[in-house]
Amino acid sequence: MRRFKVFKSLVTDSLDTITTGSKRYHLWMGLLTIIMLAGMYCYSIQLDEGLSVTGMTDRVSWGLYISNFTFLVGVAAAAVMLVMPTYILKDIDFKQAVLIGEGLAVAALIMCLAFVIADMGGPAVLWHMIPGIGVFNFPDSMLTWDVIVLNGYLFLNISIPFYILFRHYQGKDSNPKVYIPGAILSVFWAVAIHLVTAFLYQGLQARPFWNNALLGPRFLASAFAAGPALIILVLGIIKSFSSFKVKDETIKKIAMIVTVAAQINLIMLISELFKEFYAPTHHSESAFYLFFGLHGKTALLPWIWTSISLNVLAVVMLTFGRFRNNFKTLYFCCFILFVAIWIEKGFGLIVPGFIPGPYGKIAEYTPTGIEIGVTLGIWALGAFVFTILAKTAIGIETGEMRYGKKTS
Amino acid sequence: MSEEKKWYNFDLGFTKQTAKTGTCGCGKSEGSCGSKQQPKTTIQKEEISEEAFFEAAVDASIGEERHKDGFDQVFEVKMDRRSAFRKLTASLLIGAGAVNTSCSITAGDASKEKAQIDWEEQFKGNYKLMTDDEKEATVNRLMRSYELRTGKNLSMTAENAKENVLFGYAFNISKCQGYMNCVSACVEENNQDRNSQMQYIRIHEMKDGNGFKFNDADDNYYHEVPAEGHFYMGTQCFHCDNPPCVDVCPVQATWREDDGLVVIDYDWCVGCRYCMAACPYDGRRFNWSKPEVPEKEVNKNQHYLGNRVRKKGVMEKCTFCVQRSRKGENPACVDACPTGARIFGNLLDPDSTIRWVLENKKVFRLKEDLGTEPKFWYFMD
Repeated sequence: MRRFKVFKSLVTDSLDTITTGSKRYHLWMGLLTIIMLAGMYCYSIQLDEGLSVTGMTDRVSWGLYISNFTFLVGVAAAAVMLVMPTYILKDIDFKQAVLIGEGLAVAALIMCLAFVIADMGGPAVLWHMIPGIGVFNFPDSMLTWDVIVLNGYLFLNISIPFYILFRHYQGKDSNPKVYIPGAILSVFWAVAIHLVTAFLYQGLQARPFWNNALLGPRFLASAFAAGPALIILVLGIIKSFSSFKVKDETIKKIAMIVTVAAQINLIMLISELFKEFYAPTHHSESAFYLFFGLHGKTALLPWIWTSISLNVLAVVMLTFGRFRNNFKTLYFCCFILFVAIWIEKGFGLIVPGFIPGPYGKIAEYTPTGIEIGVTLGIWALGAFVFTILAKTAIGIETGEMRYGKKTS
Repeated sequence: MSEEKKWYNFDLGFTKQTAKTGTCGCGKSEGSCGSKQQPKTTIQKEEISEEAFFEAAVDASIGEERHKDGFDQVFEVKMDRRSAFRKLTASLLIGAGAVNTSCSITAGDASKEKAQIDWEEQFKGNYKLMTDDEKEATVNRLMRSYELRTGKNLSMTAENAKENVLFGYAFNISKCQGYMNCVSACVEENNQDRNSQMQYIRIHEMKDGNGFKFNDADDNYYHEVPAEGHFYMGTQCFHCDNPPCVDVCPVQATWREDDGLVVIDYDWCVGCRYCMAACPYDGRRFNWSKPEVPEKEVNKNQHYLGNRVRKKGVMEKCTFCVQRSRKGENPACVDACPTGARIFGNLLDPDSTIRWVLENKKVFRLKEDLGTEPKFWYFMD
């Protein structure tokens, strides 16, 4: 009974916390709300007219939505890079950052689910997928595996921080025996979500560009570069805007993770390029389209070359300790690395899978304004969710929010 | 065929039937010699005559109405003006509406029945898992709903696959001249969306002397055919025996029927388009917007899994005209072809034309290395 009282008080306290803040905070939340509303308007048009308002066609049947989904699964998986050292290796440094990382994972997963639903032709009949009422084609369809791992990961990443914060809110220490098993499970789970998402594409013999054994490992490497890179940026922002203390040591350790993952990712890219271009076969055509264009169709060229240059630049800079340990250059590197991987794991991966088509037809894909509007709306939703979660977590961790302590 | 392989392989029963030589007496490759029709068993004849009887009965009872104009949709006629948010909660609203009207004293019988049908249609199960009675019930509901809304009748069946039937298709590359009669016959027969000009069949125009170079082929030509120095090759859904599209569907909205047809339950599909990405043959199409067929052009002889009018946001594909083939007729493309390039039949019937082609011509299939085992063969004279 007491727990319910504490929970009720937690909810009202966090509502107080997230609705009060500086002018800049209100401006930020207002801006996100406007973008979300615009995105919802775009989505309402899409619901009314059908997916024909997007740039997708029978030739390129997945586009911006699925690209962002794929990328964000990686971001979500990256929370594990903080969970592992903190809870399992008992590296105290990370404890502060890990709640932020898990909040980021929750926000990324919500965005993932939103992107998948935005991509559906019939969102109203999604109950067909619920086991029991509907038909869940498990284990044949990799999509059902993905549904399981994503929702499971979402549950883990909500419940672990919730337990810890709930204890801290009451001024008690959290019991490691309760959360360590969950933390260990989530480490394996994080690898699973990204590997399973890669298998979604890897298992299609129809698309040689994806049907490639390196896809899964490369997904992991790029995820463990882009995700922690985003966490570094977010920690940097939180450090300068709140009283939440993040040790420099923590950020430097995460930077090390980013560096190693980005280096491995680059090695895999070289391996892929070698395979496609040393002895090109009929199956290399998608890669030719992506990197050099095919028959004058070159829509992706500026994107992929931007991505590769940013990627190489970031890896080279991060490799030198002088740049990595200087926060200004570190933030710059993390930002360009994040953008580079967003391009590479987003439409740099999804769109070329469809081009050329099964019979060699080259039809290019350009997203429409409505599609971009929905995409921005979902990103704003993610930022909104994350801000709320982070603000509450910071409130509890800094001791501003406590059970029984009335906030004015 | 009988040797052990690591990958999927399908058995046409060639090994069992070696004693019989299925050679057609006339030696023609077209289906015109008529040998295909002769050896039907009496049971099949009875079934067909029952079908014919049913047709006659429908004609007698509805008469002219069958061929009269009607609205193109089954029960989506008034749905398109709904606002987006109402659509999101469509099931809830329909439920509330149904409860409201069925409990109301003032609402008329027709609107009560309509609400009842909408309710049951919204929450019905996957067709693949339905019993025959449930299949009959949904088909009756859809026909009744159409009648309630438009005052017109249509005939829809839920005919199951027959035993000892496995449909196969052969395409004679030497004969095809690229006229595309098959394409237009297919569109008319299967009620495809006219706005987006959806077509199941693609005819690829290839240059003589280059072999099968799909990359250089044109599947969207607008000129007089046959063009000098070109040959033609048609592709559509190949109804693979090991279809990659079926495995990937998260809700089992698409599956392989016992007679080899790969079909879709349009009402169960959630529109994720994973099957489209998985198909190596460009065999699947998506309804990017609400499909529209002019009133006059709607084909009212429908099958639940075949040419009934689709809705927005679902997949569809060639079904070898299930509404025709299960009645013993040829698909529309076969009948429409003026050159006799298209051959369709039962692969398990040793006297069928398709078997004659497979046994006497040098046949091949596309992308055999993928292990999909298409039931669609190409050959040349």
